[in-house]
Amino acid sequence: MIFEVFRQERKGQAFVHGGSFHAPNREFADAYAREFYARRQESVALWVVPREEITTIEEFPDEFDLKYRRVDGYSIKARLKEARAAAENAIRLRDAGSAGGA
Amino acid sequence: MASAGDTLMLTTVRYGGHLQSRTQEFLEFVQAGGQVETGDWMPDQYRARLIKFIEMHGNSELMGVLPERDWILRAPTLQRKLALTAKIQDEVGHCQLIYRVVEDLGKPREACLDDLISGKSKFHNVFHYPTKSWGDVGVIAWLVDAAAIISQKALLKCSYAPYARVMKKVCWEESFHILHGRDTVLAMVTGTREQFELVQEALLRWWEPLMHFHGTPIPAAEDPMYVWRIKSQGNEDARQQFLDGYVPQILELGLEIPDPKLRKDEETGVWEYTEPDWEKLMAVVTGHGPASAERLAFRRLSRAEVGWVSRTMLPEAA
Repeated sequence: MIFEVFRQERKGQAFVHGGSFHAPNREFADAYAREFYARRQESVALWVVPREEITTIEEFPDEFDLKYRRVDGYSIKARLKEARAAAENAIRLRDAGSAGGA
Repeated sequence: MASAGDTLMLTTVRYGGHLQSRTQEFLEFVQAGGQVETGDWMPDQYRARLIKFIEMHGNSELMGVLPERDWILRAPTLQRKLALTAKIQDEVGHCQLIYRVVEDLGKPREACLDDLISGKSKFHNVFHYPTKSWGDVGVIAWLVDAAAIISQKALLKCSYAPYARVMKKVCWEESFHILHGRDTVLAMVTGTREQFELVQEALLRWWEPLMHFHGTPIPAAEDPMYVWRIKSQGNEDARQQFLDGYVPQILELGLEIPDPKLRKDEETGVWEYTEPDWEKLMAVVTGHGPASAERLAFRRLSRAEVGWVSRTMLPEAA
C-alpha cells in the first residue's frame, strides 16, 4: 500500500505534501511517517493518507468566462482616469464660476 | 553522452508529424522552465531518461551507505558513532524517497533492486572504492557529500517536479552530513601528526574519484540530461563550482591536493586541472572498481537475508 504524507512545519501553517512510502498497514504507516518526515522535529504534525483514498481533480473548465468573480475581471484603470478627469473638470468649472461671481 | 536516438529526435521533431510536434512542444515547455507532474503526458524518451537517471541516484544512495556502514563499529567516539548512524539512516531514507519517484514513473522498486544486484543498472563512481581509515570517513562525508550536494541542488529545478520536490528534503539533510564530515576532518587535522596524515592520505586516495564525480566535460547543449532540463547545469559547471568552493577550504588546513596543475586562472575565474582518466571512470561505474564486486555481493547477501521481511509484510498489504 502506498501512503501519501502531508506535513505541517509550524503550528498555524498549511499542511504541504511531503512525499510517499510503502507500508503494509496503517500501524506501520504511522511508524514510517514519523521516521521519514519528523525524526528531526522538522514537522509539528503529519497527515498520513492511503493514496487510493485521494481523489485528484484536474479539469476546471470555465466555458462562460465568469471573470466578474475574480479581480482580473475588473480593469478600472481607464474608468478611474475618466472619473478623475471629470472631477478635476468639475472643480475647475466651480472655481471659474465662483471667480466670475465675485 | 548524447545517444544517437536523442540527436535524431531533436532533429526530426522540426519536420512535423503529430507525435513529433507534441514532443517538440514538450521540449520547448521544459526548456522555458516548465515542470511536469506524474500524470502529465511526456515523451517516452524523456520518461526513459528520467527512470535511468533517478534509478541510478537511488542506487547510489543505497550503495553509498556500505562504505560508511563499515565504520559504525569502529567510530572513535560514541558521538561520532551516533552521527554516522544518523547519516546512514538519512541516505537509506533518500533511497526510499527516490525509488518512490521511479516507481511512479513505471518501474517497481523490486525491479530496481533486481537490476542493481545483477549489475544491470549503475551506481555512482565514488561508491566503488574501499575505505582504509577513519580519515576516509571524514573525507567522504565532507567532500563526497559536498560534490553530491552541488549535483542535487542543480536538481531542485528539475523539469520533473516530483523529483525536484524530493531533492528539497534530500538537500536539507545533506547539509548536516557535510558539516559532520568537516567537523570530523577538523578534529583530525588539529590532532596528532598521525591523525593529520590519515586525512592527508585519504585525500590523496579520494581526489581522483572526486574529479570524476561530475562526469565528462560534455557541453551542456549536447547533454541530453540538460536538453530535457532534468539537470539544470552542465557537468563542468558543477566541477568548477566544487573546486571553487572546496579547494580553498582544503588548502587552508595545510592539506596537499595531488594535482600539480591545479590552479585558478584569476582572469577567467576558471579552474585548470590535470585531465582525469575518463576511461577509468567508465570502467569503475560499469562494475570494475576496486570494491564493486564486494559491495554488490554484500547487497545480494543482505537482500536474501531480509527477504523474509517482505514475504511476511507484503501478503498483508495485498
